[in-house]
Amino acid sequence: MNRRSVVIAAIIVLVLVTIATKLFYIQVVDSSYKFSADNNVLRRVTQYPARGLIYDRNGKLLVANKMVYDILVIRNQVRNLDTAMLASLLDITPLQVRDAFGQLRQQRGYSPRKAVVLFKQVSDSIYARFQEKMFLFPGFEVQPRMVRSYVRPIAAHMLGYVGEVNEAMMKQNPYYQLGDYIGISGIERSYEEQLRGVKGTKIYMVDVHNRIQRSYEEGRFDSVAQMGRDMTCTIDADLQEYGERLMQNKIGSVVAIEPSTGEILAMVSAPSYDPGLLVGRARSNNYKILHRDTLQPLFNRSIMALYPPGSTFKVVNALWGLQEGVVQPSTRYACHGRYPIGRGVGCHNHFSPLNLSQAVQTSCNTYFCYVFRNILDNSKYESIRQSFDAWANAVRSFGYGRKLEVDLPNELGGVVPSSSVYDRVYRNVWSSLTVISLSIGQGELLVTPLQMANLVSTIANRGYYITPHIVKSIAGQEGIMPKYTQKHHASVDSAWYSYIIAGMEQAVNGDASSGGTARWVTLPGADICGKTGTSENPHGNDHSVFFAFAPKDNPKIAIAVYVENAGFGATWAAPIASLMIEKYLNGEVKRPWMESRILNANLLDRRAKKK
Amino acid sequence: MPRRNSIVRNLDWGTVIVYLLLVFMGWFNIYAAVYSEDHSSIFDFSQRYGKQLVWMGFAFAMALVVLLSDAQIYSVFAFVIYGLGILLLISTLLIGREVNGARSWLHIGSIGIQPAEFVKFATGLALAKVMGQQGFKLNTFGAYLKVATIILIPALIILLQNDTGSAMVLVAFVLVFFREGMPGWVLVVGAFMALLFITTLIFDLSVIAVALLVIALLVYGLSTRRGSDVVKALMLTLILGVLMYVGTSIMDLEIDTFYYFVVPLALCALVALVYSYFARVQHAFFVGGFVLASLFVAFSTDFVFDNVLETHHQKRINDLLGIEDDPLGWGYNVNQSKIAIGSGGFLGKGFLAGTQTKFNFVPEQSTDFIFCTVGEEWGFAGALVVLVLFGTLLLRLIKLAERQREAFSRIYGYAVVSIIFFHVAVNIGMTVGLFPVIGIPLPFFSYGGSSLWAFTLLLFIFLRLDTNRYVH
Repeated sequence: MNRRSVVIAAIIVLVLVTIATKLFYIQVVDSSYKFSADNNVLRRVTQYPARGLIYDRNGKLLVANKMVYDILVIRNQVRNLDTAMLASLLDITPLQVRDAFGQLRQQRGYSPRKAVVLFKQVSDSIYARFQEKMFLFPGFEVQPRMVRSYVRPIAAHMLGYVGEVNEAMMKQNPYYQLGDYIGISGIERSYEEQLRGVKGTKIYMVDVHNRIQRSYEEGRFDSVAQMGRDMTCTIDADLQEYGERLMQNKIGSVVAIEPSTGEILAMVSAPSYDPGLLVGRARSNNYKILHRDTLQPLFNRSIMALYPPGSTFKVVNALWGLQEGVVQPSTRYACHGRYPIGRGVGCHNHFSPLNLSQAVQTSCNTYFCYVFRNILDNSKYESIRQSFDAWANAVRSFGYGRKLEVDLPNELGGVVPSSSVYDRVYRNVWSSLTVISLSIGQGELLVTPLQMANLVSTIANRGYYITPHIVKSIAGQEGIMPKYTQKHHASVDSAWYSYIIAGMEQAVNGDASSGGTARWVTLPGADICGKTGTSENPHGNDHSVFFAFAPKDNPKIAIAVYVENAGFGATWAAPIASLMIEKYLNGEVKRPWMESRILNANLLDRRAKKK
Repeated sequence: MPRRNSIVRNLDWGTVIVYLLLVFMGWFNIYAAVYSEDHSSIFDFSQRYGKQLVWMGFAFAMALVVLLSDAQIYSVFAFVIYGLGILLLISTLLIGREVNGARSWLHIGSIGIQPAEFVKFATGLALAKVMGQQGFKLNTFGAYLKVATIILIPALIILLQNDTGSAMVLVAFVLVFFREGMPGWVLVVGAFMALLFITTLIFDLSVIAVALLVIALLVYGLSTRRGSDVVKALMLTLILGVLMYVGTSIMDLEIDTFYYFVVPLALCALVALVYSYFARVQHAFFVGGFVLASLFVAFSTDFVFDNVLETHHQKRINDLLGIEDDPLGWGYNVNQSKIAIGSGGFLGKGFLAGTQTKFNFVPEQSTDFIFCTVGEEWGFAGALVVLVLFGTLLLRLIKLAERQREAFSRIYGYAVVSIIFFHVAVNIGMTVGLFPVIGIPLPFFSYGGSSLWAFTLLLFIFLRLDTNRYVH
């Protein structure tokens, strides 16, 4: 054979072998092409689950879901768009329609061949109207989405709201993808994982223009969305609603706890807002309005506002004094209108001398100045630093000065100072007289209303508390977190509580001559034990403070009330607490004169006035 | 009936069977590539696979006509056929229809044909006629001029039609020239220059210059065993380089770095050229000339690339060489093609189970990129079968060509081999990313009447000539 024909044959074989080698490489060796092929052809369409429902402690529905409709558009299928008609169907202006189209391009993953969201969360009535005319709008699609709906306009702060995830959330948790909803605040946030359910995925095969061709492998790899778990919370919806009514036109907070379980029965932060405002298309606008409101309705005062505890704090000093043995239940001190030592501390008019229970009952400042100085100048300790820190630790054992870890986001911990704070401020030269304000709950002490309620709950339990919480049960889940069933014992023996409780009982239920501070809010048969407080603060008039529990034996409810800048505790906070207790224990209120006085009171304008 | 009997007896049935296998495999893959559930019958004549069946019927009829025709007419009317082909090309240029930027379609009624496809075998016939004449030898300038003219006329017209791919096919006839006596070094040098062109696009000229110096000195040293000359040339280049560096430093001239490599090498080669011319040293003359020619190619590469090639050619080359990466733009076709083939794995996804070609991710999936469907649905195994079939066909055709007693038949046989080989290598090479994208069909496989008919005629004219090998 011709030599050159062999060369030509060799060239041909060489080239074909080269191609075969390359084929072997991309088909057998390199697997990356298979992934690319899947990315090309498979489109995963998320199936959104409905969020779990939220019930109150009596099984009344608080939060449900409703359908809204996202209007989607495939840009290059739109023909002869009648902007004016579309605008009128959707209840917006033609300018807004044009704006929405203009902003399409800025969406992530925008493609003119793909359905992208044009208008979010259109209500079902608008959807019904639009659907009838939809045939006039080629390229438009509608995708149903579930959003929250609220049966009653209550408990906004506690329930929180749901919104779309942002970049940071997606980066933090890869479960979330663009367009997903997530709990932003309140229960919705703290129980997000239980409430959200599990997203499902339908896998479709798409062509090069992203048009769905058919489902992949007959749906064998699809997953079905699982609805979120229903949740029962500890709130009593009727009590909550009543509390919000009582607190209307007032600033402040009411927190009620069931002492035996730590369950939060009501958590009012005033002013409040209708949780339905933060749903759907109006949300961002409403949010802006609420955010700009100078009364800060979005601010959850129950767990975020820091107030001086005021006179209610005297019970803690009394308990620690008894525990340390620096005061006996029978110890008597005389009061002549003021504590006479140093700069002195003023007091009000009451009988004298009095013992410990009577001092609690009348809220005698003088008596507690003696007690507090006894605590700090206790010879048992080498220095005031040691005695002070022992006191501070005791105060903390009641849940002050740190977060209680309630199951709601953004809780604050308050302030209980250490001796080092005073060392720094007074350059190591300070005595029990320097910090005498602490004896009556003023000075460097700050607490949240929740901590106040927890304190009175501890007293009701005679020495322990269970961390306050909002979750009662979650469907399909055995029990609740163990940290919400454990007892926390304060560092005061339970025997000492009876003397304090006796004083609190007398403060509300004592006879006319006894000098009880809140006798007018007594509730026959309920045996309310309470303590008033009037907390001085730098923001204006004193805050009106009251905490109480009832009944005295086997208590059912412990409650703390703060009314900002409203003056004496007995005037406003005490009747509110009393009405709440009546509502909870009796189911109805039979003191219309007291109720209407509270309901009609507008205490908003007291804020700026200094007394 | 002795004559017909002899056709049946002498026909190379092996080649016919391979041809039929390729055509039917092509048909099935066109069906798979454009398959849709709305038109699931392979006999649906509104779809490409249905139409392809019609084209196949015509093709078989043409093959039969060719086999029944007188073998002599192809030799006798070679120039007439060639002339008709050129006329068709020109009329296409004047009255043709533009498709995808190329004016290469001629419409007769509702049927469109691509004359460029038919010109390939017409040119093959004309070449065979010229080169097969008694006493023709590829050793004079006049002989080269003749064959070059035959190729260049259709090539230029096709280029004017803006159909670069089809024009490039005619380059394949180099293999015919090689078989018919063109010196082997032309092929080697040609391949080298092509390589040089590509490497210059990737590497800096200074690197190219150093590589050229090393290659030249190695070739010279190994072929002449004169180490002293090698040392001399090396010294001369180095000294020139140093002198140039010192000179430019003194004169404070700023020039690109590669000049320090290129200029000394060019001067050294020039010295070798002049010296060897007068001293009659053949080796040194060739090596010197080779270095100068290479430097010229390397130097003109950037110019040719930037000014002669069109943007889409530049992009395709850049993409292939990895200079520019743009998988959604210029690289899209090749990237998607590789994804389709690569996702097939060893045994493929199965007939009609391919997703990449079916859902149109691969462009032109029934014509130029039909091999993607083979790769995706039949895997490496199927792709290998197709490659082996083409290899078998080509090697068989070489064997047939070599057994011809007439130069005309042999040369035409090599023309057939060259054209089919070029199409197969470039088409499959481009789908797997070994070659820049050039829009030419895969013979017998790709959808399209013109290409199927042209390749059928190309092949069966040769088979008819082959059946006649015992005559005379």
